Amino acid sequence: MISNFPFIAVIIFISLGIYTLIFKKNLIKIAIGLCLIENGANLFLIALGYKKEAVAPIYTLAPAGQAMVLPTPQALTLTSIVIGLATTALVLSVAMMVYKHYGTLDTDEVRRLRG
Amino acid sequence: MNPMSKIVRTITKFTYGIIIIFGLYIIVHGHLTPGGGFQGGAVTASAFALLLISYGNLTTDKFLKKDLFSFLESCGLTLFITLAFLGLGLTFFYNFLANSGGWFGNISAVGINPGDLNTGGVVPLMNIAVGLEVLSGLGLIVLVMAAAMEFTKKKENL
Amino acid sequence: MKTKKIIFGIAFLLFFSFILVSALQMRLFGEPVFSEMDDYFIAHAQQEAGTNNVVTSIVFDYRGFDTLGEATVLFTAICAIIALFRGVTR
Repeated sequence: MISNFPFIAVIIFISLGIYTLIFKKNLIKIAIGLCLIENGANLFLIALGYKKEAVAPIYTLAPAGQAMVLPTPQALTLTSIVIGLATTALVLSVAMMVYKHYGTLDTDEVRRLRG
Repeated sequence: MNPMSKIVRTITKFTYGIIIIFGLYIIVHGHLTPGGGFQGGAVTASAFALLLISYGNLTTDKFLKKDLFSFLESCGLTLFITLAFLGLGLTFFYNFLANSGGWFGNISAVGINPGDLNTGGVVPLMNIAVGLEVLSGLGLIVLVMAAAMEFTKKKENL
Repeated sequence: MKTKKIIFGIAFLLFFSFILVSALQMRLFGEPVFSEMDDYFIAHAQQEAGTNNVVTSIVFDYRGFDTLGEATVLFTAICAIIALFRGVTR
C-alpha cells in the first residue's frame, strides 16, 4: 500500500478541496478549495505516466542508456494548468464585484440581502 | 496601493531586466531544453507583477500601458492561427518547415546530442506566438485587477 | 441547520471512503500498461518534427489542435475579466 503513495496524496488533495467547498462560508476560502481540487487532478495525470528508473523525455545532453518517461500525460497537464489559472482568475474577479455590491463576503448574507 | 520601501525599489531596478531576459530565453529555446511558450510566458509575467508590487499602482501605470498589452495579446493569437493555416496543403497544423532548407529547417541528428538552434520547423515560431500571448495576457490580468482595487473598496461608515 | 450539517458530513465520509478503496486497488506506481503511442513518439520525434524536446513536439506538432483550444480559452477568460471591470476609470 505504501508503494503507490502518490495516488493516496491525490485523494487527500481532492477530499480536502471538497470539504472546503461544502463546509466553509467565506468566498475566498471557496476559491482556494476549487484550486485544491484542480491541483489534485493535475498531480494524478502526471503520476500516471511514470516508469521506474527513467529520465525526462528530452534528448539534449541526456544520460546515456536509460529509458524515458511517457511524455503524453505531461502535455495534457500543461493544458490543464493554464485552464485552471483562467478559472481561478475569473472566480476572484467575481468575488471582488460581490464585495463591492454587498459589503460582505459571507455567503449566508449574500443570499439574504437584495442588492 | 502604496509603494514599498527604498531597499525593495532599488533591488527591483536591478533584477527586473534579468527576469525578463531569462523568460525570453526559456521561450525561444523551447524545442531544445525543458520549457516552451506557456512556461516562459509565465516567468516573464512575474517580472511585471514584481514591478507592480514594489512601485505601487499609480507609478506603474505611467510606463506599462494596458492598450499595448492588449494589442500584443491579439497579435500573438493571430500569428498562431496564421501558422496553423499555412500548412493547409496537406493538413491543418502541418509542420511544413521541418527538414526543408528554409528558415528553421536543418536536419536534426538522431540520438543524444547537444542541440542545434536552427532545427524544429514551425515549433519555435509557435513557441514565440504563444509566449507573446501568455506574457501580455497575464500582465493584463494583474494590471486590471490592481486598477480596480480602489473601485471595489467598501465605503467607510461616516 | 444542524441536520443539514450532519447529512453533508455523512455524504462526505461516504464519498471519501469510496475513493480511498478505489485508490488502494489501483495498479502499481511506475509500471504503465498501454504505452505503444508514447514509444512511437519517443522513437520518431527527432526525424519527423526535428526537435530534441519530445513534450514540446507533442504539444505543438502532433497534438496542436488541443493547444489551439487552450489558447482560445485563455483569451476568452482575459476578455471576460476586462469586460467585468469596464465601468472603472481604466
